[in-house]
Amino acid sequence: MAHAQPTTAKQPTFRRWFPHPLLSLTLTLIWLLLINSFSAGGLLVGLVLGIAIPRLTSSFWPDRPRMRNYGKLFNYLLLVMWDIVVANLQVALIILFRSNTSLHTRWVSVPLDLTNPEAITVFAGTITMTPGTVSCDLSADGRHLLVHCLDAPDIEASVRDMKQRYESRLLEIFP
Amino acid sequence: MELINEIIVSALIIIGASFALVGSWGMVKLPDLMSRLHAPTKATTVGVGGALVASMVYFLALNGTVSIHELLITLFLFLTAPITANFLAKAWLHTQRPVDLPRPDKRDWATFDTEHRDTP
Repeated sequence: MAHAQPTTAKQPTFRRWFPHPLLSLTLTLIWLLLINSFSAGGLLVGLVLGIAIPRLTSSFWPDRPRMRNYGKLFNYLLLVMWDIVVANLQVALIILFRSNTSLHTRWVSVPLDLTNPEAITVFAGTITMTPGTVSCDLSADGRHLLVHCLDAPDIEASVRDMKQRYESRLLEIFP
Repeated sequence: MELINEIIVSALIIIGASFALVGSWGMVKLPDLMSRLHAPTKATTVGVGGALVASMVYFLALNGTVSIHELLITLFLFLTAPITANFLAKAWLHTQRPVDLPRPDKRDWATFDTEHRDTP
């Protein structure tokens, strides 16, 4: 199946065994969370997974996502959680009390300042998870995001909102 | 104390369930596929979230153990739900090609762009 790349033999031992140290750590941690208890055996299996999976899939990860500012990432997660709750209430009110004809359902094109693919993915995912907006497509040059809004009376305001609230923060998190 | 815990857990379950119900009602009520796509994002966020937090509170109160499975479920939902929605939207764009799409400045949307398929 997946082969180790010929170049990996020349790399230092640590890089060869841990092409993505953070991914290895995450996989081990997720395995420990999955079995929901801590034991030496569980840790061992977790470590084996953490070493094997990044090595086998390293050819699918040509670049490492570079991130800085993990504190801001945490703040961002909290903000998104809060927004999800608020937006849920708004959409619930729309579904329950507004007639379909009074909804301004429309497509919105959001120009992107983000260039980092991982950052765009997080941005699109955030837009989808906050109810009321679903990100649908990216322009072929990666400069615009197509978003479907359930109720957007003012396109300009919606775009400004998304860019200021999420994109500006993501720009600080991803270099 | 027991009573308070039970009230908290029931309240969370009921909140989650009502959001799931409203989400399902949205699926019935909203007029077209793209609007309906907004309904399940509700059910997977606060709907499931309420049940998950209730489960964590329950296990914390019942045997004093912290159950972390719920966090994993949240993580997997947050990873998969946007991708599912994106697939549905893209499939719909392929079959319908709506006329009221805004056009980006230079290249068309990736679904329709035929020049060459490079991902950014």
